[in-house]
Amino acid sequence: MAKRSIIPFGPQHPVLPEPVHLDLILEDETVVEAVPSIGFVHRGLETLVKKRDYKQYVYIAERVCGICSCGHGLGYCQAVEEVMGIEIPDRAKYLRTIWMEMSRIHSHLLWLGLLADAMGFESLFMESWRMREKILDLFDKTTGGRIIHSINQIGGVQKDMTTPMLLDILHVIEDLTAELKPIVETFLHDYTVQSRLKDVGILSREDAVTMGAVGPMLRASGEPYDARLLGYAAYKDLSMEPIISTGCDSYARCEVRLKELFQSFELIREAIGKIPNGPVNVPVKGNPSGEYFLRIEQPRGEAIYYVKGNGTKFLDRFRLRTPTTSNIPPMAEMLKGCQLADVPLLILTIDPCISCTER
Amino acid sequence: MEKTRLFKFAGRVLHNLFRKPETTQYPFEPAQYPERMRGHVEIRMEDCITCGLCMRSCPSQAITVDRKAGTWTIDRFDCVQCGSCVNVCPKKCLDMEIGYTAPGVKKTSQTFAKTSEGA
Amino acid sequence: MDEKNEIKIISLADFFPAVLAMKDKGWRLAQICAVSVEQGYELSYSFCEDSSYRMVTLRLEIDENQEVASITHIYPCAFIQENEAAELFGVNISHIKPDYHGTLYRIDKSAPFKKKE
Repeated sequence: MAKRSIIPFGPQHPVLPEPVHLDLILEDETVVEAVPSIGFVHRGLETLVKKRDYKQYVYIAERVCGICSCGHGLGYCQAVEEVMGIEIPDRAKYLRTIWMEMSRIHSHLLWLGLLADAMGFESLFMESWRMREKILDLFDKTTGGRIIHSINQIGGVQKDMTTPMLLDILHVIEDLTAELKPIVETFLHDYTVQSRLKDVGILSREDAVTMGAVGPMLRASGEPYDARLLGYAAYKDLSMEPIISTGCDSYARCEVRLKELFQSFELIREAIGKIPNGPVNVPVKGNPSGEYFLRIEQPRGEAIYYVKGNGTKFLDRFRLRTPTTSNIPPMAEMLKGCQLADVPLLILTIDPCISCTER
Repeated sequence: MEKTRLFKFAGRVLHNLFRKPETTQYPFEPAQYPERMRGHVEIRMEDCITCGLCMRSCPSQAITVDRKAGTWTIDRFDCVQCGSCVNVCPKKCLDMEIGYTAPGVKKTSQTFAKTSEGA
Repeated sequence: MDEKNEIKIISLADFFPAVLAMKDKGWRLAQICAVSVEQGYELSYSFCEDSSYRMVTLRLEIDENQEVASITHIYPCAFIQENEAAELFGVNISHIKPDYHGTLYRIDKSAPFKKKE
C-alpha cells in the first residue's frame, strides 16, 4: 500500500486570494481526501441585522464581499421588498439588471486574471484586469463607487443613470467584446490550457446535483439551471438561455464562465435598448413583517437570501447562503483522485469567494 | 485540436509596446475623479438643524450630533462612505464630495459647530 | 410566498422520510438555515428542483436542547451548513459527517448567535 501523507494547503497560498484551508490526504501524489476548513475571516455580519435597522443593513449586506457587492445589495433589498410587498418601478429593475450584469463581467474577468496568473500567463492576467478596470471605471462614474456601489435601496435604486452614461456603457461593452474575442478564442484553444484543464476535476451531472453545486459549476456539468430565469429584476423581459457545457471538467467550467461574459454583454445591450423612463424608487413606509427566501444568480452561482421580519425596524434573521458555501462540498469531492499539482487550479476553477462564505 | 493562427497578437503586442501606459503617475499627477464619486461627507453647518437623523442612520456610527452644544462630529476613519446620512438629511445640508480622506497615523475626528450659537 | 417558493412545516418524525423523498426525486439541497426563536430553533432546509425552478423549504421547529440527526448521510454536502448551525447557534445536531466539533469557524465564543436570556 502506498504511503499516506497529509499536506496542509492554505490558508496562505500563492493561488488563494482569500484564506481557506484544506487538509489534503495523499497517497503518493494522488489526493484521496480533502477536508476543507474555513473561518479565518468570520465577521458575524448576519447577526448584525438585529442591531441595525433594516434600511441601514443594505449597506452592511453590500459589504459582505467586494466582488459580489452589487448582488448582495440587490438580493437583500429584493427579499425585504418581497416581504413588504413593494413593487419597484420598471426603470429601477432595468438599472439593477444592468449593474448586476456589469458586476458579473467584472467578477468573471477577475477570475480569468487569477486563473491565468496561476497558470503563468502573466500577460493574460494583465489584459483581463485592464479590461476589468474599464468596468470598474463605469461603476465609479454611474454609482460613485468602484467596488462598493451603495446603489440599491429598499424600494428601488438611489441614483438614475443619465443617457450619456448608458451610451458610455454601450461603447465600453463594444470595445470589450472586440478585445475579448481573440483572447477567449486563444485561451480556450491553447495547448497548455487544454492539457492542464481537460479531464481534470470531473464532476458528473448527478454528483453536481446531489453535492449541491451551483452556478457555472452546475452548468458546466450539463444542468441548465440559471436563477436569472426566475425572472427577478428585469430578467423576465430579456431573452437569455443558460449557458451549459457537458464537459463536466475544469475546462468546461472555464468555458461556461467565458461564454457568460459575452452573454452579459448581450444582456446589457438588450436592457439598455429596452429601458423605460420613469422614477427609480418608491417611498417605503412601515416595517417588514414576514419571511421570504429569495434566489438570485450571483456571478459565482445561485445565492439565497432569507429575511425574517417581526414588524419592528430590526429584522429577526438575515441569512445569506452564498454560492461558495454550496460549492465547497463538490470541490472537496472533485479533489478526490486528482494529482497534487492540479489542486491549485482546481480550486480556482470553482471561483471561490471565501469572504462571502464567512459573512 | 483547432489550429491556432500564428502572430494573432502581434498587432496588440506592438500597440502595447509603443502606447502610453494605462496607469497615471499618481501622486505627481492628480487622480481624476468622476462627478458622482462618494469620497467624503461635507456639511453646510448653517443649514444644519442638529436633528440627529444622520447619526441614527449611520451604519458604522461615525457621526455624533450634540444637540445642546450644536455640534456635528464625524470620525472620518470610521466613515464607510455609504451616503446613508446624505439620503436621510431633511435639510439636505450634507453632501458627498469627491476626494478621499487623507491617510493618517491615528484616528481623528472632525467637529463642526453652529456659529450662530457661538459654540 | 408564491407557487415556486413554498414553506412546509413538518414534524421531526416526518422529516427524514421527506428528505429521502427529495433525494429520490433528484432535488438539490439549496440551503440550511437556523433561526433562534422564543422556544428554541427553527430549522429550514430548502430544496430546489432545477428543471422547474421550484423551491420547497421544510421547516422544523425544535426545542432548545432537542437533538436532530444530521442529514449528511442523505445529502453529504450538508456538512458545512449543519456545522455552521451547530457552531453559531448551538443547535444540537448529531452524527454530522464530518463533525468539526466547533472548529469550522475559528471563534472564541461558543454559539454566539444563540438567543440570549
